[in-house]
Amino acid sequence: MSGLEFCQWLADTPWSIALHEGPYALIESVHVLTLCIFLGLAVMFDLRLLGVTMRRVPVSEVAHRLLPWTVAGFVVMVISGALLFYAIPVRSYQSIFFRAKVVMLVLAGLNVLVFHSGIYRRVSDWDLAVVAPRAARMAGTVSLILWVLIVLSGRMIAYNWFDCYKPQSALVTWLAGCVPGDLVK
Amino acid sequence: MSLLPLFEWCENAGIGEAIRISTWLFPVIEGIHLLGLCVIGGAILLVDMRLLGLGLRRQPVAELARDSRPFLIGSLAVMLVTGPLLFSSEAVKCYYSTAFWFKMTSLALAIIFTFTVRQRVTLADEGRISAIRARIVALVSLALWSGVGWGGRWIGFS
Repeated sequence: MSGLEFCQWLADTPWSIALHEGPYALIESVHVLTLCIFLGLAVMFDLRLLGVTMRRVPVSEVAHRLLPWTVAGFVVMVISGALLFYAIPVRSYQSIFFRAKVVMLVLAGLNVLVFHSGIYRRVSDWDLAVVAPRAARMAGTVSLILWVLIVLSGRMIAYNWFDCYKPQSALVTWLAGCVPGDLVK
Repeated sequence: MSLLPLFEWCENAGIGEAIRISTWLFPVIEGIHLLGLCVIGGAILLVDMRLLGLGLRRQPVAELARDSRPFLIGSLAVMLVTGPLLFSSEAVKCYYSTAFWFKMTSLALAIIFTFTVRQRVTLADEGRISAIRARIVALVSLALWSGVGWGGRWIGFS
């Protein structure tokens, strides 16, 4: 079963249809507004790594006190995001913005992994430094750039410019995984 | 006097029309508005959570308030530029939208509250503000700003 076939199967399940026709707007609002908790606090942590805010607060203190909230926010983001995908599986699967977002989410996850298994293990050496070591500043910068792009691509999923039912260039057709039957829908 | 003629004028003025006609302008401005939301959310939560005894509770409230202030002001400025641009492209729709008026009322109250009552509490010396008063201020702030956020999201659905 291909990814597209799986999404077509998902789209025909009763819950997908119920979500699509029911509480979609509510779930989307939760997804957007939870950004404040998840990303708002993650951004404050990144900015601390860059030494532009909370310069007198130890980095480990910011991580220890804020990251649990970030994780909780992320759980809400993943659940609401998965429900939004489940409500509109085929169109999301064939959206170049959705695809770009997933790739960047994986990259953002790797960035977190590299940070926590690398420079953050030695945080006691630089906990009070106003400006963190290069590797930590890199992690903060990469995180900020990726999340800006993730938010923007997430927002753009709503627009149909590159949808498969419209004639698209060869590049978009390939990136979105459009199949010949899509055009007649 | 009805505000409708003013709203109609906004929608038909050059900027509003340019944004409405363009394929990309509205989504891009809206994207920037959304990024501003993340920053303003973080800046407000940091302090309100502290007032509630959550998050960075070992730091003085005044220090967190001062640290987050440039981000609060900066993101609010971004919101107050991008917001009216979005508004100008669909002013008449906004005029008839309950969500829009709900958001504007919440926004006015949130801004006034943040820069008067909340500011006085966050910048006051530790110990001079009772825990209960700090908590009430945080809850009012969170309620008002949540109203702005929900109202804003709902303009798009109305």
